[in-house]
Amino acid sequence: MNATQASAPLGGSAPNAAGSVGVAYLLHLADNAVVLGQRNAEWCGHGPILEEDIALANVSLDHIGQARLLYQLAAARMGGGASEDSLAYFRDETAFRNYTLLELPHHGPLVGYAASDRDYAVTIVRNFFYGALMVLVWDALTRSADTDLAAIAAKSLKEARYHLHHAADWVVRLGDGTDESHARAQAAVDHLFRYTEEFWLPSPAETEAVASGIGVEVASLRAAWDALVDETLAEATLSRPAVRGYVPEGKLGRHSEHLGYLLGEMQGLARAHPGATW
Amino acid sequence: MSTLVERTWATLAPLTDPEIPVVSLRELGILREVAETADGVEVVITPTYTGCPAMGQIEDDVKACLAQAGIPARVVTRLAPAWTTDWMSDAAKEKLRAYGIAPPGGTRLAESVVQFVRRRPPLDEVACPRCGSTHTVVSSQFGSTACKALYKCLDCQEPFDYFKPY
Repeated sequence: MNATQASAPLGGSAPNAAGSVGVAYLLHLADNAVVLGQRNAEWCGHGPILEEDIALANVSLDHIGQARLLYQLAAARMGGGASEDSLAYFRDETAFRNYTLLELPHHGPLVGYAASDRDYAVTIVRNFFYGALMVLVWDALTRSADTDLAAIAAKSLKEARYHLHHAADWVVRLGDGTDESHARAQAAVDHLFRYTEEFWLPSPAETEAVASGIGVEVASLRAAWDALVDETLAEATLSRPAVRGYVPEGKLGRHSEHLGYLLGEMQGLARAHPGATW
Repeated sequence: MSTLVERTWATLAPLTDPEIPVVSLRELGILREVAETADGVEVVITPTYTGCPAMGQIEDDVKACLAQAGIPARVVTRLAPAWTTDWMSDAAKEKLRAYGIAPPGGTRLAESVVQFVRRRPPLDEVACPRCGSTHTVVSSQFGSTACKALYKCLDCQEPFDYFKPY
């Protein structure tokens, strides 16, 4: 990230009348993008095949790009010296408002932490669940009362469609593949599905954003998300687990033990050398 | 006697995309507007992909180019309307093809996201930039830069880049 782009205004529209309303909502969207972008970037140089290595790096680049635009907008609204870098690198774990789903490592619940334990099925299924949500969210946000957010949504939607396309393609390939790939894809679905419950319980930031016409009411997207997910899972010969009861609270700032390590890696350099440029 | 705005456009005309040096920023639709201000010109650029690493370079190139020509300029990044490959001129598409990159098809912006995801490959009929055959297959939706996909021609057997509709 560099100061050049941070200083360039998101031109074209007058300063938003909504003022600081919606900053928490922007941070929720930005944190989702940056955390998944950072997580998926772990595959850079370690992809299962060259094409997928390149694909995941590109998807991460899009997510980090989306996060930058959202952080720049949030920082402009916050004032007081906030910048995209201060928001990404100098907030602690409990200040992040991303879904817990996005910070989980690339493996199931019961395997280790080494890079060699990464399971591409977990990566793909997570990208699929999140991608299916975000095409709907960005599509709705192109009609946001916040014209700056609507502009970011219009760009992000174009990228999210390709992300979902890629993930859905691989869900089918893995699910309807070999016995081994099917078993691992199903295990990934069973492991991750419960974390999607968090999508549907609105946080105070989301409720406020909906009330002011800025945000999308997540409950209104659920039927479309279910249809997208069920259709692809069926084609992939995978079954959707019945899970009810557990609702993660990452978007309220209560995270799993995994986010701290991810942020430690992402923020370490900026904190060791504040203000460094190259 | 040309106006300052005309002089700015002419000065910026040779600038090309850092990743695809055969098409100009104007042809790609990145360079949007030039307006005269009290103390120089304001140049509006729009980003392609949100994370495109070339954008910083493009902004620097525009500033350096105008500074060298002695035109005081301010560069503004504008997001809306969102950049689309539909803005690319036919001439630019032909230059891409000659360079070995299959030019983008239409974006089908009106299409709903649900329709989009259901139509799994092939998304588009993509002609090989070398032999012209449409007997091609996608190798990966993501390629050497954010804006390209990897394809392969099943007739001449050559791999090639496809500039994705965006």
